Order: sequence, then C-alpha cells, then structure tokens
Amino acid sequence: MSTLDSKVPDGPLDKQWAHHKEHLRLVNPANKRRIDIIVVGTGLAGASAAASLAEMGYNVKSFCYQDSARRAHSIAAQGGINAAKNYPNDGDSIYRLFYDTLKGGDYRSRESNTWRLAEVSANIIDQCVSQGVPFARDYGGLLDNRSFGGALVSRTFYARGQTGQQLLLGAYSALMRQVGKGKVKMYDRHEMLDLVLVDGKARGIIARNLVTGQIERHGAHAVLLCTGGYGNVFFLSTNAMGSNVTAAWKAHKRGAYMANPCYTQIHPTCIPVSGDHQSKLTLMSESLRNDGRIWVPKKKEDAVAIQQGKKKGSDIAEDDRDYYLERRYPSFGNLVPRDVASRAAKERCDAGFGVNKTGEAVYLDFGSAFERYGKMEANVHHIENPSKEKILELGKQVVSAKYGNLFDMYENIVGENPYEHPMKIYPAVHYTMGGLWVDYNLQSTIPGMYVLGEANFSDHGANRLGASALMQGLADGYFVIPYTIADQLAGEIRTGPIKTDTSEFDEAEKHVRDRIEQLLNTKGTEPVDHFHKRLGKAMWEYCGMTRTAAGLQKGIEEIRKIREDFWKNVRVPGKADEFNQELEKAGRVADFLELGELMCKDALHRNESCGGHFREEYQTEEGEALRDDNNFAYVGAWEWKGDPGTAELHKEALTFTVLQLSQRSYK
Amino acid sequence: MKLTLKIWRQAGPKAKGQMVDYPVDGISEDMSFLEMLDVLNDKLILEGQEPIAFDHDCREGICGACSLFIDGRPHGPGRHITTCQLHMRRFKDGDVIHVEPWRAKAFPVIKDLVVDRSAFDRIQQAGGFVSVNTNGNLVDANAIPVPKADADKAFDAATCIGCGACVAACPNSSAMLFVSAKVSQFALLPQGRAEAKERALNMVDQMDAEKFGNCSNIGACEIECPKDISLENIARLNREYLGAAVSKEEGPPVPFHKPKQA
Ligand SMILES: Cc1cc2nc3c(=O)[nH]c(=O)nc-3n(C[C@H](O)[C@H](O)[C@H](O)COP(=O)(O)OP(=O)(O)OC[C@H]3O[C@@H](n4cnc5c(N)ncnc54)[C@H](O)[C@@H]3O)c2cc1C
Ligand code: SF4
Ligand code: FES
Repeated sequence: MSTLDSKVPDGPLDKQWAHHKEHLRLVNPANKRRIDIIVVGTGLAGASAAASLAEMGYNVKSFCYQDSARRAHSIAAQGGINAAKNYPNDGDSIYRLFYDTLKGGDYRSRESNTWRLAEVSANIIDQCVSQGVPFARDYGGLLDNRSFGGALVSRTFYARGQTGQQLLLGAYSALMRQVGKGKVKMYDRHEMLDLVLVDGKARGIIARNLVTGQIERHGAHAVLLCTGGYGNVFFLSTNAMGSNVTAAWKAHKRGAYMANPCYTQIHPTCIPVSGDHQSKLTLMSESLRNDGRIWVPKKKEDAVAIQQGKKKGSDIAEDDRDYYLERRYPSFGNLVPRDVASRAAKERCDAGFGVNKTGEAVYLDFGSAFERYGKMEANVHHIENPSKEKILELGKQVVSAKYGNLFDMYENIVGENPYEHPMKIYPAVHYTMGGLWVDYNLQSTIPGMYVLGEANFSDHGANRLGASALMQGLADGYFVIPYTIADQLAGEIRTGPIKTDTSEFDEAEKHVRDRIEQLLNTKGTEPVDHFHKRLGKAMWEYCGMTRTAAGLQKGIEEIRKIREDFWKNVRVPGKADEFNQELEKAGRVADFLELGELMCKDALHRNESCGGHFREEYQTEEGEALRDDNNFAYVGAWEWKGDPGTAELHKEALTFTVLQLSQRSYK
Repeated sequence: MKLTLKIWRQAGPKAKGQMVDYPVDGISEDMSFLEMLDVLNDKLILEGQEPIAFDHDCREGICGACSLFIDGRPHGPGRHITTCQLHMRRFKDGDVIHVEPWRAKAFPVIKDLVVDRSAFDRIQQAGGFVSVNTNGNLVDANAIPVPKADADKAFDAATCIGCGACVAACPNSSAMLFVSAKVSQFALLPQGRAEAKERALNMVDQMDAEKFGNCSNIGACEIECPKDISLENIARLNREYLGAAVSKEEGPPVPFHKPKQA
C-alpha cells in the first residue's frame, strides 16, 4: 500500500501557513493573463474561488448546473458561520476553534489543515462584511454572535436563519462583478460530465449544455472542483434535488482518490418522513436545540398510543417523559454533537418509543422555553403574578421572535402548529465529510486538479461541527486556493492555450456520448427515481446511522443488484440533444450507484467507530463510539480500479503534535 | 385526492405552446405541489409520454429556482411561500388547477414551465456588488458600526431569492422590486454607500436594456413576492436613481463598465 504525500509544511502548527505562503512560487501579473482556470461549482467554495482568481488576473470559466450561479446549494445553509474573532470576549482563539474542530471530528482530520482553517476564519468575516453581507448586529451596531452546536463560546456569525444565502449572495456578487468585467465567463445550466487529462495533468472538462444538450469541450491549465457533497446517494437528504457526485466521481475514475467516503453526517433535527412521495427532507436549524428539549415517552404504551393517533404529546405527564439526551449526557444535554444526538434518537425509536405513525420521530419541545422566557418577559414588563396563560403567551412571543421563520416553515410542511404541539423531528442525511483526497495545497492526486468545499475530504474528520462548512468553503475559495494554485501555475506560463482538438478530448467526449446513448437506449420499464429510491433505502439501512459488518456486506450485494437492474431496466425518455431533466437525473443516479458501493466498502474496512461512522461492533459499554487509534488513525483514500468493488486503499497516516488523542466525552 | 391539471406544454423556445389536461389521482395532502408533479411525471414516463419540465432545486423556498404560475398567481395560492413550499392540503378533491410558466418578454420560455431568467444575472453584473477585491488585510469587520435598524432593513432587502415572481405578477413585467431590493441592501450599508448612485443608474439601465417594463406603482409584485420584499425599496431606488441622474448631468461620467446587451 502506498502512502500519500500530504505536503504539510514543517515547523510548528501556528507558523506553517505563513511560512508556506511565503515560499510558494508566484505568477507575475502579466503572465496570469495567459492562464486559464476552470472552476466547476458556484457555491461558497466555487464562487469565492472564481471571483478571487479572476481578480488576480487569471481567465476563469465558471460552471454550475442551475440556471444561475446564485442558486448553488450553499444558499440553503441556515445557522451560521464560525470564526475565531473573540468579539464577545469569552476566551475564543484560533487554538480553541482548532481544538473544537479536531476533537469534534473525532481526531480523523489533518491537523495542519484544521489549524489553517481556524487561522483564516477571522479574515472571512472581514471580507464578507466589506462585500455588504448583512450579518446580524446588536443595538450598538456591532456584529452579533451566538453559540452554536454545543460550542462553549459564542463564535457563530449569522444572518437570521439565512446565513448561507447571505454569504453566497456576497460571493455571487463578487463573481458577477468579474463576469461583468469579462474576467469570468459564466456557463450556467452546464453539467460537467468528464475530466480530461493530458500527460497525467488535468487539462479540461467535457460539459453538457443542459438547455441544448450539446456536448462541449473546455480546456484550461487547471481545474477546480467545487461541486458540493454527495448526500443524495441516500435519495432522501437535506441536499438540493440536483446535488450530485458526478463531477467528483468522474474525476475519481480518472485517477483522483476518494477519501473516507463513509463519513456521513446525519443531522438530528429534520422534519420526519411523511410518506413514499417524499422527495427531500427539510432541516430545522440546529439553533433550535438551544431552547428546545428533546424527549420521547417513558412508557411503551404511551408511545404506542401516540403512534396510533390515540394520544398526543401534550397528553403525556411531565414525569412520564424521557428527556433522553439530558439523562444520558447531563453536562451537554440537548447540545451534544450531531452524531451523538442522531444515534440517541435512533436508539429510542428502534426501541419502540417513536412518536409518529411510522415510529420514527422524537419530540423537540419548547414548553420549558415558553415558560422560562415568559417569566423573564413578565419581570421585564413588571407584570406581577402573571397567570399561566399570560406567561405562555409572552414566552411564545419571545420564541417566535427568535425562531419564527422556522416555526412557520414547520407548520407549512407538516400542517401542525408547533406553538401548540411539540415539533416532531428525526435525523436525516445532511453533509458528507468524505470526498476527494487533497493535499495541503488542495490539490488532488491528479496534478492540476484541485478540490474545494464539501467536495473534498475536508478539514472535518469523521464529523463536522455546526457552522464550519460555510467557513471551510469560503476559506478554501478566498484565502487558500489563490495562494496555493500559483505554485503549480508558475510552471505553466509558457504552455500556451490548451487545445481541445486532441485525442484526449476525443476520447473523453466519446466516453460521455456513449454513456448518454446507453442511458437513452436502455428503454426499460422503470423511471430513474425508482432506482434512486431503492438505492437510498439500501444505503440508509446498511450504511446509515449505525453499521455492522454483516449489514454492509448485504448492502454491497444489494447495491450491485440495483445497479445491474438499473442498466437493464431504466427508462429515460426524450433525446440527448435537448433539454432533458430525466437524462440529467439518470446520469447522476448511475454514478451514485457506484459511489454507494464504495461507501459501504469503506465503512466495512474501518473496524472502529468514529464520528459519523458508527459500527455497532465497536462501542463502549455505554453505547458510545469506540475509536481504534492504533489501527485506524489514518485517512483512507481509494483508488479506482475499474469497479467500486476492486478499489485499492491508500493510507495517509494522521499524526497529532498538539493534542493528545482522547475519547470524546459529552457526559 | 383527484385533480385535473391544465398544464402549459411547449417543446422548445420557438415551438408553439398549449394547455394540456392531465387527470391525477391518489394525491395525498402531505405532498408538496412539486411532489405531485413528480408523481405525474413518473406516470407520464411509464406511459411513454414526455415528462413536464419545470425548474426546482432546493425544495425549501430559498434557491429561487421554482417558478410556477398556478391558478393565475406566481407561486400559487398562499402568501410568502414559493411553489416548492406549496402543499396539496391547500387544494381540495376535484379541483381544476392551471399551471403556466412565468410570462414576460425578458423571461423567454425554454421548455414547458422552464424560463430563462439570465437577465437577472446581467442586471447584477451591471452593478449589484460592492467593488472590493478579496483581501486578507481588510479593516476589521467591527471597525464600522452599522445601526441595527439599517442592518435589519438591509437584511430584509437582501432576502430576495431572485425568483422573478415580481415580474410575473406585474402587468408591465417590471423588475423594479428585484432591482430595488439589491440597490437598497447596499445603499443602506456603509460598505455599499460609496457606489450607491452609480449602482442604481447602471442596474436600472441594464433592466431597461433587458426589456422589462416600467413600474406604474401597481404593487402586485409586493403581494406576490415570496420573501415579502417591501415596496419601500422601490421608493429608495427611485431616490437613488434621481439623485444619480442629477449628479451625472453635473459631474464626470460614471466610472462603470457595462455588460453587453442580452
Ligand atoms: C439545509 C442545509 C443547511 C446547512 N446549514 C449550514 C450552516 O448553518 N453552517 C454551515 O457551516 N454549513 C451548513 N450546511 C453545509 C453547507 O451549506 C455546505 O456544506 C456548503 O455550503 C457546501 O458548499 P460548496 O461550495 O462546497 O458546494 P455547493 O454550495 O453545494 O455548490 C455546489 C456547486 O457545484 C455545482 N455542481 C455540482 N455538480 C456539478 C456538475 N457535475 N457540473 C457542473 N456543476 C456542478 C452546483 O451547480 C453548485 O454550483 C448546510 C447544508 C444544508 C444542506
Ligand atoms: S423581489 Fe421577491 S418576487 Fe422578486 S425576485 Fe426577489 S424574491 Fe422573487
Ligand atoms: S426549489 Fe428552491 S425555492 Fe423552490
């Protein structure tokens, strides 16, 4: 097994990035004009990278599959973005943010990257504010912070419940400014369908114009993939309908290693599945856990009565409620990390205590918050001996001011008023920590191809902390890639424009066309969604919140069957050279059907539990994740060998110089 | 639920379109409107017919992709929601529902219910930004306090999702609400203030070049906007624009490049 060179600089952690930047090669301004860069994706990572590189003088081509760059799925992020600014003076620092991220990731991330992320985090806020991002402010006019996802300090910047939207629109405006200047050429409604390598280097892509169906060749001196996460392999997730692995997967098949694909984040607070028609799941911001208490009935008969619709949550007496997170984790309570909260919910529901008709839901109850805030308000307004009703009324007003939009969203989807009945929530697939392997410079195992944002295997190890993905996307795009990419491009100033009339482009284009033909010509009996749903069920069952060796083996067999069936029986209507949404979907699902198997394979080989990867065989007596640092403190990066089943494992050993590895404890 | 859908079908930008009837059955009230269309589409595919094309992505009311004109209203019945947030419990058994694309000269139909809204991007390119490069040495984010009231108003304006419902709602197909939201967001913040007037001029010029209609203060845009963007923003845009037009006559030309015509 080969080892991977992470290119981590020498020296103490806090000096590495500064030192590294000073020693990277540079490209002089006149030469930047001779260099073309393709950026696939316009989310936080892609838009910030494309805008920054264009400002520096490179020629950028930017791609996204949506009709506008502004609609990338970063737009949907709700809660906030972390930065070690220490504005509230509560003791935050680069070190603390680093520490929380590394520990939260269960010691499965690369120390130097995590440090750098924390180090550049403060710059991100400065940058966004100067772009006109309207973050929340306090009455003094300064930026407001909140504590998020159980962090012990308030380091999360936010824009009501729409932080992702505001950050993305900031990056999008920077991108549009460069499009207007002619430094970026925008290709929206375009989907990357293959990566083109020339002499082992990434030199371009094959893309399909989604309006006309035309297959296009685009050459460049470097290619950046900023294509987001692959949570949709589970069919149901909080991702957008079009979120996909296709660009990353094609690159994987061309030689980019896929790292830790099994690390999936399952978010504890989502609206439960309501039926077979369900097309996606909606996240309820994690900030709700700051005030909501999670519970299920203590008595089985109560749970059964609720499942049968004979009782409601409000019928259950206080003493008969099991606030299981508070019970199991007295010190963190409802604010334990996502992976821990999700598994605890599943444990209760599997034991038969779920609170909706499917038995897969738990309560998120604001009753105590109504009361607490109501009493505070009564005091503030000097209302003496307020009645119970008055307290409730005042409390609901406070909660509504804080979370009103989320409560409305819930009511709209579920059709039940969450001010009157406790919310029902259940975990759902949300984020993928795994992704294409990159070195410290964000370069993949294919020279000239870089991976940014959720698409890379990232700085989050086996579990990502809330409000850290937005931070990573913008760190990668604004503050890392503009420096690190120059080192390689310095060698390209005499290369000249990349020609696309070469045999390498011919081959890649043919490959793309053949696959499209194959999809259209199968003319089977089932629509694409049918297979996607089956894949999703298998993934959720065998490679979801908890996993076992036997289950994963079964999962692999099952996925292979579905894949075979797909290529025999899928029906894709329409033609190749037209606007054809079913064809788009079919291509994406075909790739998910391969990725799913690799995820199971990765989960099967990792004989330990860490972060979002929980193997039932490896747990402590109290049911907590049990890591095996002696044998698994490494990044597992898979090389494509013609089939997901035969992928070959490469390891990057993880070393920790600053922190002692310890068992995470949130008790 | 059993429903009859009357849906606009148009094979391509130049093809002639028409309304086509589709009966659907077994619709549950928990479904979203788009999930109901998913069900219909899977049925059409199995029957060997072309599924109905429509834009969508996030399905949670934030990306601005979905854009259906339902029973004469952009995003259908209900206020402050997008099409993807519309649920079938708003309809009743036996209803006949009309579904059309956004109608506006500046939003040509691509296929069925999908329209081309790239004019919005070009308006943004004309001035919807603060001219600041990526820079690791900027002033600290807290160096300039912003009164909370201004920050909140800027935020309210910034929540526009660029869906185009305002244009679809307007008898003149004006894009004033969209443009004014962006102009207001930046004009209200000290970081965007410096370029506020040029921004207003350039964005409005581009809007005109894209063949959006004039604003005649009807206010349908505000009523149909899923994000509750206020008409106040149009008033603010008008102030910025008039101020800019005056100072343009007095001073040197505005130092902005302009994107080309659509
Ligand atoms: C509902 C929700 C809430 C969240 N809340 C938070 C939060 O509060 N805080 C936080 O830190 N993180 C949050 N996250 C996570 C975070 O939003 C994402 O991880 C992050 O935004 C990803 O950014 P990105 O730039 O990597 O990818 P994305 O924003 O997903 O962008 C992907 C881009 O790639 C393009 N693309 C993909 N495939 C192709 C292809 N084949 N060809 C061409 N283009 C392609 C797409 O068009 C798009 O432009 C949340 C995520 C979700 C789903
Ligand atoms: S102003 Fe409202 S209706 Fe118009 S594009 Fe923005 S969100 Fe949509
Ligand atoms: S699909 Fe994103 S707003 Fe409707």
